[in-house]
Amino acid sequence: MSTEPEYDEVTKTYTTGHEWDGIKELNTPLPRWWLWTLYATIIWSIGYWIVMPAWPLINDHTRGVLGYSQRDTVNAELAAAKNARLIFSEKLLNADLETIENTPELLEFAMAGGKAVFGDNCAGCHGTGASGAKGYPNLNDDDWLWGGSLDEIHETITVGIRGVHDDTRLSDMPAFLTDDMLDKDQIKNMADYVVSLSDNTHTVPEGTYEVFQENCAACHGENAKGNKDFGAPNLTDGIWLYGADKETLISTISYSRKGVMPAWADRLDPATIKSLAVFIHSLGGGK
Amino acid sequence: MSFKHAIFEKNPLILLVGILIMVAIGGLVEIAPLFYLESTIEKVKGMRPYTPLELAGRNIYIREGCYNCHSQMIRSTRDEVERYGHYSLAAESMYDHPFQWGSKRTGPDLARVGNKYSDEWHREHMTTPRTIVPESVMPGYPFLAENDLKFTHISAELKANFMVGVPYSEDQIKYAETDLKAQLDEDSDDFDAFEERYPTAQVRDFDGNPDKISELDALIAYMQMLGTLVDFSLYNEKENNR
Amino acid sequence: MTNLSSPPTVSGLAKGLTSFCLGIGILLALFIVAKTTSSPMAFHGYILIIAFTLGIVAILNMGFGNDGKIKAEASPAGIFYNDGVVKAGVIAAAFWGVVGFLVGDIIAWQLAFPALNFDLPWTNFGRMRPLHTSAVIFAFGGNVLITTSFYVVQRTGKTRLFGEIAPWFVFWGYQLFIVLAATGYLLGITQSKEYAEPEWYVDIWLTIVWVTYLLVFLGTLWKRREPHIYVANWFYLAFIVTVAMLHLVNNMAVPISFVEPKSYTLFSGVQDALTQWWYGHNAVGFFLTAGFLGIMYYFVPKRADRPVYSYRLSIVHFWSLIFLYIWAGPHHLHYTALPDWTQTLGMTFSIILWMPSWGGMVNGLMTLSGAWDKLRTDPVLKMLVVSLAFYGMSTFEGPLMAIKAVNSLSHYTDWTVGHVHSGALGWVAYVSFGALYCLFPWLWKREGLYSLKLVNMHFWISTIGIVLYICAMWVSGIMQGLMWRAYDSLGFLEYSFVETVEAMHPYYIIRATGGLLFVIGSLIMVYNLWKTVRGKGDAIPLTQAVPAE
Ligand code: HEC
Ligand code: HEC
Ligand code: HEC
Ligand code: HEM
Ligand code: HEM
Ligand SMILES: [Ca+2]
Ligand SMILES: [Ca+2]
Ligand SMILES: [Cu+2]
Repeated sequence: MSTEPEYDEVTKTYTTGHEWDGIKELNTPLPRWWLWTLYATIIWSIGYWIVMPAWPLINDHTRGVLGYSQRDTVNAELAAAKNARLIFSEKLLNADLETIENTPELLEFAMAGGKAVFGDNCAGCHGTGASGAKGYPNLNDDDWLWGGSLDEIHETITVGIRGVHDDTRLSDMPAFLTDDMLDKDQIKNMADYVVSLSDNTHTVPEGTYEVFQENCAACHGENAKGNKDFGAPNLTDGIWLYGADKETLISTISYSRKGVMPAWADRLDPATIKSLAVFIHSLGGGK
Repeated sequence: MSFKHAIFEKNPLILLVGILIMVAIGGLVEIAPLFYLESTIEKVKGMRPYTPLELAGRNIYIREGCYNCHSQMIRSTRDEVERYGHYSLAAESMYDHPFQWGSKRTGPDLARVGNKYSDEWHREHMTTPRTIVPESVMPGYPFLAENDLKFTHISAELKANFMVGVPYSEDQIKYAETDLKAQLDEDSDDFDAFEERYPTAQVRDFDGNPDKISELDALIAYMQMLGTLVDFSLYNEKENNR
Repeated sequence: MTNLSSPPTVSGLAKGLTSFCLGIGILLALFIVAKTTSSPMAFHGYILIIAFTLGIVAILNMGFGNDGKIKAEASPAGIFYNDGVVKAGVIAAAFWGVVGFLVGDIIAWQLAFPALNFDLPWTNFGRMRPLHTSAVIFAFGGNVLITTSFYVVQRTGKTRLFGEIAPWFVFWGYQLFIVLAATGYLLGITQSKEYAEPEWYVDIWLTIVWVTYLLVFLGTLWKRREPHIYVANWFYLAFIVTVAMLHLVNNMAVPISFVEPKSYTLFSGVQDALTQWWYGHNAVGFFLTAGFLGIMYYFVPKRADRPVYSYRLSIVHFWSLIFLYIWAGPHHLHYTALPDWTQTLGMTFSIILWMPSWGGMVNGLMTLSGAWDKLRTDPVLKMLVVSLAFYGMSTFEGPLMAIKAVNSLSHYTDWTVGHVHSGALGWVAYVSFGALYCLFPWLWKREGLYSLKLVNMHFWISTIGIVLYICAMWVSGIMQGLMWRAYDSLGFLEYSFVETVEAMHPYYIIRATGGLLFVIGSLIMVYNLWKTVRGKGDAIPLTQAVPAE
């Protein structure tokens, strides 16, 4: 092994004189640009430590001359954003829903706000296009379980349906089988009857009309056109929350469904809920 | 320079000690203060340890690797606060061994998903996500509803948590198993005792099958409480500034 | 010091002691199998029993009937290098590499087409993703690191590895760790700490293996026959000892019972988060960077046949790199509930880290001065050089992403994933491929590789794959970040979250296609290496630098 530095022709530098398994090292000085960039990043960091919270101490940490706090900053940003919307949101808060819908600038604002919130909060159930899914009503049509007026929609969103809110909309269809109100045959017949309500080619056994009147009409109405006070769907319009095949109907009648719509009063602020009501109302089916 | 450096190049032990000193400093300066600086964890009202059922659900969340797609940390930026709610506080994960903040958001943040959806929704979403959210890329977990929850060790789980600093009481540890069952059934005999130990817990059958204590029961119980504990109306931003 | 000319021996005492310890291990495993209520842990118990039994048989067979002499062949310089364990290591590395890439590509397709999760427990994304990260980092990367370090420390110290049983224990013990970790994830055993997912008992096993590794490495350095320790070994040593420290601190936990897999970490919440990312970032810094720089420092000058560019740069960038890396962890927690001051430190130290990181790239690339023409004829050198270019790119991107304003956009998005893979595929995998392509002919004493053409093909196919991968992730990541924070003219969020999920779909397909190319490339490599080993007739002795003493 050589211990003497050697001259390297290609780079015109000497080696250190060490060698390992044929590998030698040149004694090149540190590249200047490298060193200066390193210094620059250090100096910049020192500056940053001076102005920002940085070093931990015994009871506290250095606060930095700018007095920066990330949470203050975001709170200020949120407040500013709120402020920028304040004229609108205050007007929203004070105006009743009809007025909002009839004032173009308020309407535009409410629609934008409603749409934004809908995507992250409601679309999970009602779909990105608000057209619903099995068990989750379509909000685009003009068929409403609990009423399609602005106020009714607003109320539904605020308190939810069968939710945890104190004033939540509540009405449970009995589970006719498990509650021992009807037997299996009767339920089968009821399912046939429900099918016949929207499909007049479907024939129904004798006596089912009476069973319906006795058990169901209280909620769904004598002519089965539903009752919005109980959130009982119209069974004649061919629009189904859970489906119209016999199996689904039998299951619905046997066990009932008890779909839950969360209450939003605790999650969203009042102006946002108003915006949502207007937005949903506008989707086509508003009454 | 090369002359002085030879000492490290000639003795592996000196090199080793040199390395150890260099790599110990950064961690000590950054991590140790988080344990003693009082400003690190905010003072809040409402935090409580997980109920046995929620803890079991959390372990399923960990087992299935949900953290690979979901964060539980709402950052303090405007868009995140507007999308997910109040930014997450350090206090909100102080009983989390380990933390579940996550590092990738293939799915949305879950820090405040509690009470956002119905149990029914979660059942369907966990079983077949795309029937309810067609755009989703989340895997389905139909087996969760079928698997019986194993909770024979639940007392030991609470005990281990107690040993690493979670303030479970003796009774909470002792009655963990009955508490776990009681949270699923309001009418059970142990319910009153459960409610006394965990007054703010949500009680019901979560998986829609009252005859079975399934893994899904536990997972939904966990998800339904996420982000619901701290009472932000009592939270003092100013006092907790750091 | 061992005698230069006498073949290595293994003492009966060492054999007895190790077998005894493994015997105790069998008893512990039997105890676990008998008592546990967890079937995955019982399964692990059986694996341990089988592995330890085989271990005892193998140890008792070492030097059996041969006076404890180990079969070994002297190098031309008269040194009995322990190349057996290195040979086993390169094979394991190539094997785990293919497995890890394949799993990576499967999860990439799962994100594009979620039906591929099959709705089963052991095939869903949440369990497969840690399998991928551990397979590539620990199984593939770890085997490359252990193996090359064993090779390099022997050659640059001109001595046989310290110990006879110990190096083999490290090798097989490490494979056992991989099997326990990987099967554990699929069966649902995980601590959920990224890159540290194995549960407490697997962590303990890794600790035993790793400490043995440290001792073997240190012992070999101790008995080296060169006055100075070569720079590659500084990096290897820093990697080994720092990973030991990180592993021990980050995995502290209290198990619920000694026969159950579940444990609860000692720290919680914000402290646990920073400990985790102190670990996680330095898994990058010491596993994926310092260790692989060790590889670079041997294989690049060796392959280019040129002296290392600057000894002084080696010194300065080594010490600054290891000192600074440790501080950068908080850049994984920007804007979270981690206090502001910690984030400031994480960000500034990441930026100072830029030049020390680049020191390795400069030293590697500049080593080629006077040898650049070799790139035209030697695709293996090309791979090594391109790995340095990717290293430079990801260590520029890293500090950039550590800036809070940038991170507020990139965090949680695919941008991070793109950054990871420009480092992981471009740097880690390429420098490993380069080393494997060097080692196979050297170890099996072949004149050269079976086919340089195939190396070139591998290079181009996988380079296209990498480019597809990281470009797709840049676009999707930045798009995702921008969509999450996009506002309409009235100041409301423009997109819902699922809209951003939908928008990722085409990029996930591009990424998965790029990954497929990368897998194909690695299969070409395996074929080439296999043919090299099988190459008949042309075996020639390794040309070895003969010592001038
Ligand atoms: C957990 C799922 C879920 C979420 C989230 C959800 N809904 Fe609903 N929603 C329902 C269900 C279920 C019903 C029907 C309940 C029933 O069967 O009576 C419903 C009903 C409604 C109705 C009444 C429809 C009618 O025909 O009377 C309106 C209006 C409505 N939702 C609006 C919203 C809005 C606005 C949001 C978001 C802020 C939202 N929903 C979020 C599940 C959900
Ligand atoms: C106490 C009120 C009440 C009574 C009595 C009642 N229902 Fe209902 N019904 C409801 C409500 C509320 C719903 C909405 C679904 C839900 O959330 O359970 C509903 C839903 C339905 C549906 C599903 C409609 C769809 O769109 O999928 C069918 C079918 C139905 N009822 C049939 C009947 C029949 C048949 C009877 C009698 C045997 C009956 N209901 C008695 C309240 C009632
Ligand atoms: C492959 C990635 C992936 C995995 C793994 C995953 N998810 Fe998801 N998750 C998503 C995506 C994408 C969404 C958004 C679309 C949707 O709602 O399905 C989502 C949405 C959700 C939501 C609704 C959040 C909201 O606010 O709308 C919940 C709750 C959820 N996931 C829970 C879980 C749980 C629990 C696990 C583990 C058992 C899990 N996820 C595993 C990708 C994933
Ligand atoms: C064929 C090659 C590969 C493919 C197709 C691939 C694919 C993937 C995918 C799809 C993910 C998940 C990303 C997400 O959650 O959105 C991932 C994560 C990851 N991969 Fe790979 N990968 C490959 C090779 C590698 C290699 C060689 C390494 C390391 C040496 C690596 C290290 C990682 C790491 C560390 C993560 C986690 C990233 C994070 O948490 O941000 N991968 N990979
Ligand atoms: C100077 C060097 C580097 C710096 C400062 C750096 C910085 C960063 C930053 C800021 C992140 C994003 C954290 C987040 O937002 O969650 C990150 C993630 C990551 N980087 Fe680097 N990086 C560097 C080099 C590398 C290299 C060379 C690799 C090699 C493979 C690498 C691998 C990773 C991995 C695996 C992650 C993902 C961690 C996770 O979230 O799971 N980094 N890095
Ligand atoms: Ca149940
Ligand atoms: Ca671990
Ligand atoms: Cu990092």
